[in-house]
Amino acid sequence: MATLIIAEHDNSILKPATLNTVAAAAAIGGDAVLLVAGEGCQAVAGQAAQVAGVNKVLLADNAAYGHQLAENVAPLVAELAKSAGFEYVLAPATTTGKNLLPRVAALLDVGQLSDIVSVESADTFKRPIYAGNAIATVKSLDAIKVITVRGTAFDPVAAEGGSASIEAVTAVHDAGLSRFVGEEVAKSDRPELTAARVIISGGRGMGNGENFALLEKVADKLGAAVGASRAAVDAGFVPNDMQVGQTGKIVAPELYIAVGISGAIQHLAGMKDSKVIVAINKDEEAPIFQVADYGLVADLFDAVPELEASL
Amino acid sequence: MLTMQAAPVGLDINAKRQNSMKVLVTVKRVLDYNVKVRVKADRSDVDLANVKMALNPFCEIAVEEAVRLKEAGVATEVVVVSIGPKAVQEQIRTALALGADRGIHIETENSPESLSVAKLLAKVVADEQPGLVILGKQAIDSDNNQTGQMLAALTGLSQGTFASEVKIEGDEALVTREVDGGLQTLGLKLPAIVTTDLRLNEPRYASLPNIMKAKKKPLDVKTPADLGVELRAHTELLSVEPPAERKGGIKVGSVAELVEKLKNEAKVI
Repeated sequence: MATLIIAEHDNSILKPATLNTVAAAAAIGGDAVLLVAGEGCQAVAGQAAQVAGVNKVLLADNAAYGHQLAENVAPLVAELAKSAGFEYVLAPATTTGKNLLPRVAALLDVGQLSDIVSVESADTFKRPIYAGNAIATVKSLDAIKVITVRGTAFDPVAAEGGSASIEAVTAVHDAGLSRFVGEEVAKSDRPELTAARVIISGGRGMGNGENFALLEKVADKLGAAVGASRAAVDAGFVPNDMQVGQTGKIVAPELYIAVGISGAIQHLAGMKDSKVIVAINKDEEAPIFQVADYGLVADLFDAVPELEASL
Repeated sequence: MLTMQAAPVGLDINAKRQNSMKVLVTVKRVLDYNVKVRVKADRSDVDLANVKMALNPFCEIAVEEAVRLKEAGVATEVVVVSIGPKAVQEQIRTALALGADRGIHIETENSPESLSVAKLLAKVVADEQPGLVILGKQAIDSDNNQTGQMLAALTGLSQGTFASEVKIEGDEALVTREVDGGLQTLGLKLPAIVTTDLRLNEPRYASLPNIMKAKKKPLDVKTPADLGVELRAHTELLSVEPPAERKGGIKVGSVAELVEKLKNEAKVI
């Protein structure tokens, strides 16, 4: 029994979401093989070989895979899954994994289980539906099980300690259907939202984008990432990649501090698995207090600077 | 930009494609997003008896985008498809009221799984030959986020998922995608499959005259057998349970008390 895991990377660094996905593969059992598909990504293969519990790394290094276009990578993954007899194909439920894996599943003529949060047995998994308002237990009836993994539900395996072999894959699939035009990637010295130990998020109560500087000061003291509710994104305070919620990022840090966030169901769906939740809001009736471990009814413009000063 | 550099022959071809581009849009009937989700007492599924159903929000954005392409003169016709029991015709009519030209209802007993839906849609794509297919990135009931990508695989077409901007330039769709780190723009060879993210547009409301007009727009009903597709189950739903309840905590009186609790009780800072 073997699992093919799609490594999440940017051609130079193996992303932490890969480690949670390897943990899900470990819960399934059997051999774990990591596929690094990209261009000039040998360094990533080196990091992948160090990951605890990985038996082998497949390195598909070609210009066709440089931007990990689904049209090119999906046939590669489907071909590997079939020819090497993998029973499972796993990817992190990131935008990259969500973009790629259903295309792989359809090429294999199998279904896909999206966003699993637990492994119940070799063919049965739990996954959230209705924005996490219900949890479904689903049995796969397919010979090859294609699955995306919700990172926050699986503790990451160690990034080091493994010593897997690296094998080059020479197959090149260039569908010629799509091309990379450009990207706007937010640059920040703070941790990524989905990998942060502490997150401080702002909502509509922040009033404007400039006021997020208040949260950034606290974030810098705590080594935290800064997030936002959809209301704050829709109001144009901050860009969408900061959004935590059903339609944004799903996070589960050790500490989540919600500032000026009322706590719409849609936001709760993205953060309610955090270990400790703090809510700061001047409206004591705000639904966010129903899920907060520690609630502070206060004006955020007084409380947040005071919090920063006392850290 | 591309068309400016293209040879005159290329321009002609591009102009022709643009002049005759049909857009296919898919819609799904789901539990209205304002309705509280309840699990059935026997935990077999979510309880959908006597609750308000609506057009999936991401599908609504897909319809809006298609209608805007038509209004901009890029698309010539907007065809809307839905799959499911007879009741989904209500959502097709909603899409027609928003500006789609005609509907196709593929009648099935239940709401089929993503791969089955993609197989049915692939047949519709083969019949209709659209220049662009726009789908919602996910349905807010099953939260799968699969159908568009699967349809792209089955038709061998390009895919632009989680779109926040779609521009047709010559023989290409320029699609800006919402990705984890920010935004990515891809150039997709047409015909292309696009799935919508929330910020692509803000859907309009259907006016009463348009709702009336929609009742007279053509709507074809087909079966999977008509399309030559045999539906197969890929998963079995064993049970559905409510999520673990999070217990409310305590209110603290001051920032000092909060910091003390976080340090000594929760031990997270």
